[in-house]
This record gives sequence, structure tokens and C-alpha cells, in this order.
Amino acid sequence: MWDFVKLAALAAITLFAAIATNFARDEAYLVHAIIVMLTAGGLFLWQLRRVGEPATVHDPGVYMDDVVRAGVIATAFWGVVGFLVGVVIAFQMAWPELNFTWAQGYLNFGRLRPLHTSAVIFAFGGNALIATSFYVVQRTSAARLWGGNLAWFVFWGYQFFIVLAATGYLLGATQSKEYAEPEWYADWWLVVVWLAYLAVFMGTLIKRREKHIYVANWFYLSFIITVAMLHVVNNVSIPVSIWGSKSVILWAGVQDAMVQWWYGHNAVGFFLTAGFLGMMYYFIPKQAERPVYSYKLSIIHFWALIFLYIWAGPHHLHYTALPDWAQTLGMTFSVMLWMPSWGGMINGLMTLSGAWDKLRTDPIIRMMVVAVGFYGMATFEGPMMSIKTVNALSHYTDWTIGHVHSGALGWNGMITFGALYFLVPRLWQRERLYSLRLVSWHFWLATIGIVLYAAAMWVTGIMEGLMWREVDSQGFLVNSFADTVSAKFPMYVVRGLGGVLFLLGAIIMCYNLWKTVTSVGARQPSAAPVAAQ
Amino acid sequence: METYTMLRTFADSWHLLFMFLFFIGVVLFVFRPGSREVHEETSNMIFRNDDRPAREGDDTAAPEGRGQSNEAR
Repeated sequence: MWDFVKLAALAAITLFAAIATNFARDEAYLVHAIIVMLTAGGLFLWQLRRVGEPATVHDPGVYMDDVVRAGVIATAFWGVVGFLVGVVIAFQMAWPELNFTWAQGYLNFGRLRPLHTSAVIFAFGGNALIATSFYVVQRTSAARLWGGNLAWFVFWGYQFFIVLAATGYLLGATQSKEYAEPEWYADWWLVVVWLAYLAVFMGTLIKRREKHIYVANWFYLSFIITVAMLHVVNNVSIPVSIWGSKSVILWAGVQDAMVQWWYGHNAVGFFLTAGFLGMMYYFIPKQAERPVYSYKLSIIHFWALIFLYIWAGPHHLHYTALPDWAQTLGMTFSVMLWMPSWGGMINGLMTLSGAWDKLRTDPIIRMMVVAVGFYGMATFEGPMMSIKTVNALSHYTDWTIGHVHSGALGWNGMITFGALYFLVPRLWQRERLYSLRLVSWHFWLATIGIVLYAAAMWVTGIMEGLMWREVDSQGFLVNSFADTVSAKFPMYVVRGLGGVLFLLGAIIMCYNLWKTVTSVGARQPSAAPVAAQ
Repeated sequence: METYTMLRTFADSWHLLFMFLFFIGVVLFVFRPGSREVHEETSNMIFRNDDRPAREGDDTAAPEGRGQSNEAR
């Protein structure tokens, strides 16, 4: 019965997409309609050939790790893609000739930039979060994922969203909201996928066989729920036509700006911070083989973080039409946020107390510790930049970009790499990683890359901030905008090189993980299934 | 009163108070007597069930859980 419902739904979607292809009013919508048509049609055929076959068995006595394995592969793949596009646009900034005339309108900076940000945040980071959350929630609930194949729907549905978003950017479908660029139908699709994700995660928590919900799951859960809320509120838009990609947002003017940055900053706060803190609270103790330094601190960290983060958005709108009280509120909460952030950092670092020697012997733990270090640095820098007087200098300069990247490359990137190195031998039942030397190479390439990137952006950011505000004795501005652009050239080259090193590290990681799966001996199964204590 | 003014007044008075008290409540709850054993148990849970879910016999009384049975050993 269920098979026929699926077949009917897929047939209807294919037909509708075919009609949409015919009526499409713009290029992006046309391509998307074709993609939907081919995907739904293909799934229809695949489903048709399986009718009557026995349904997949979901043995509650086994963890559902195949979807986690797929998530690990997707994370590594999108990571390399996202870093590569980042390197390309970094060099486009240094050498504008790289905005090729033949690819004008498709591969120029304006089109590639959202592709880069979404690829690294949502494709690389999002897949890492989904995969690790599925791994962690099963182990800490001692239960198989709830919902059977629903987890697979989440995985493939999310990849489909990424494809729609990425092709949309290149073809010019954007609602011009930073980090929320995809147009209305992609947004709706993401809502469906995300609710399924929430159901799988919650369902697993509900049927858990442990008394307590481990703190990592609290962070993951807050990330899932908050992102759902942010995404819906920031994307309340009315399509101009159901046959076109253009839509108009319900909010107007300064309220739209505030909603956008409430979304934007909490995307940082809950996607790139809370979710990844969930990774930190599981993988660092596991890799260090000792429990987290203070469980009490982790609970206070959680509540303080989510209570404060949600208010910090207005610091993106200093000295704008936003009311002064709101700006001050955003600044105050951003500064207060420093405390829980550093509480969490200390908790992560001190987990190693008594085992600091592992830093010397274990490059994976080194990676995770450096990630936490960058988390601490970025969460110190952020509150400082949110102070109005500092922001007057830093806003609209490259300093902001440097700040974002020390957080994203240093914290999110490094903790994800650490988690991948942790996961791959376990998920594929290998006895060890292929090469720890290559992990060290990855570690140093990535770290040096980040340092080059961040240092270059500090220099160029503060320099252009100072140049913009420089006035002569008569009160006239000294520098034109173009003066700052030419002054920034050397730093842009250094930034691009930093990106190349980081990308190189990620490619080495992929090779290492590939060789781990293909040419390392299988892990010997543990002798007896007694509860290990 | 305008909706905006009303909501704003509520947000920066009662709701602010509620959130503040909730947070203080969380902190007090974390430090409640007897929490040390619970937290010790919970922070160590990640070191079991690595390879397979808990089996039926392991805990008959979920979600009260495996904690007790492990301590008994």
C-alpha cells in the first residue's frame, strides 16, 4: 500500500515538474524544474522496480550506521568543493581578470560567493552536523535511530536542497539575504527535510535506553529546533508566481534587516556554534578517553549560551536605521556572550587535564584542541568587534571576513576534521587510520593556512578602516575607495595562499580516509558483548 | 496601546524577569545535593554502548536506566 502511495506521489511530482518546465518564467526555475522532474522520475522508476520486494529490515539491536557513513562521505566531498570555490573567489578578489568574460553571469564573484558560503556552512558543516548527530544520539541513547528509512530521507533530501541552492546561485536565483539566499521552493523543501530531521532525532531520544540525555544531545537539539524557527521566520516570502523563482519577503525596511540578522547571527550561534559544541562534547572526551572536565559547567554553558546568543543579532546593524536601544542591546548581549563561550572553551580544554601528553602523541586530539583554541579566539574577537566604537572601525572591512574565517576554518573546520578522523575507522570497522603522519601534515597545513588568512585580513581590514576615516586638516577625506583596493592587493594574495594550504590539507585528509577504508586491516570484533566499564 | 509598545514593555519587564529567574533556577538545580553522582554517571555514559544498542535484558526499566544496574556491579 505504502509503495503505491509513494509511486502516486512521485508520478504527480514528475508531472507537475514537467508542466513547470513548460511554464518556467526564468532560467533558474527552468533548470530546477528539470532537476526535480528527472529526480522524481528516476525515483519513480527505482520505486517501481522494487514494488513487492520485502521492506528493509531495521534491526533494533544494531546501530544505523550506513546513513552516518554516507554523511561522512558527503561532508568530505562538500568540504573540498566549498574550500575550492573559496580559493577561486579569493584569487578573483586579488586578480579581477579571473572573472572570465566567457563565464560572465555565471562564474563571476557575485555568483560564486554565496556558492562558497553556503557550500562550506550548509553543505560541509550541515552534513557534518547531521552525520555526527546521528552517530552521537545513537551511542548516547543506546538505541537505533528512530523512523527507519526516514534518516535516509533526511540525508538525500538535504543533498537535494544543496543541489537546488548551489545551481540556483549560479543561475541567479537569490532573495539577497546573506546565508539565506535560496528562493522560496528550496526554502519550503528544507522545512520538510528539517522537520523529518527533528523527528528522527527526537524519536531516538524518546526511545533511549539511558536515563539521562547526554549534554551533546542538548546542543544538537537546540541547533535543530532553533534553525527551524530561524529559517521559517526569515523566509516568509510570497512567490510572485508559482512558475518563477522570484519571491517577495513579507517584512519591510529596518524590520527586514533586523529579522535577517537575527537569523544571520543565530545561524552562527546555533548552526556553527551550538551544533559544533555538541560535537566537541562528544568527540573530545571520546578521543581523550576521559569524561568531560565538568559536567555541571557544560549544563550552565548550554543554558547561558542559548539565552544570550538569540539577542546578539543587532550588532550587525550598528549605526544603521535600527533604533539605538536595539543596537545597544545587541552589543551588550554580545559582550556577555564572551562568558559562556569561554566557559565552554575551558571545559573542552580542561578535559585533557592529566592527559596533556596526548597532544604530543595524537594529532587528532591536537586538531580538536586547536579547534577549541580557535573557538576561544573567535569568541573573544567577536564580542570585541560588536562594541560600537570598535565596530565603527571594523564594520564593512576585511577584518569581519578574517573573524568569520578564524571561526569557520579554525573552529568548525578543525573540529569536523577531528570528528571525521575519529569516525572513519569506527564506521568502516578498520583497526586504525591509514597514516598519522598525513594527519599531522593536514594539521600543520590547515593551521598555517588559517594563520596566513586571519593575519592578512587583520592587516588589510584595520588598514582600510583607518584609510576610510582619514581626513586632512581641512576635513576632507584623504583616500578614495580605489586607493584602499590597491593597497590591499598583497594581503589578498596572502589570503588566497592561506586558502590553498587549507584546501591542500583537506585533500590530504580525503586521501588518508580513502586509504583507511580501502587498505587498512579490518578491526577484530571485541571478544564478548559485555558492557565495557 | 500599540502592539509594538505593548510587546516591548512586556519583553523588557516580565519576560526579562522570567528568563533571569529561569536561568538562576537552572544554575541552582545544577548544584543541587546529589547531583555529583548523577553527573559523574552521565559524563561516563559515552564510554559504553559503542558497538551496539543496549539489549532488552540490559535494562528492563528504561528510561530509569542502566545507571543503577551498572553501579550495582
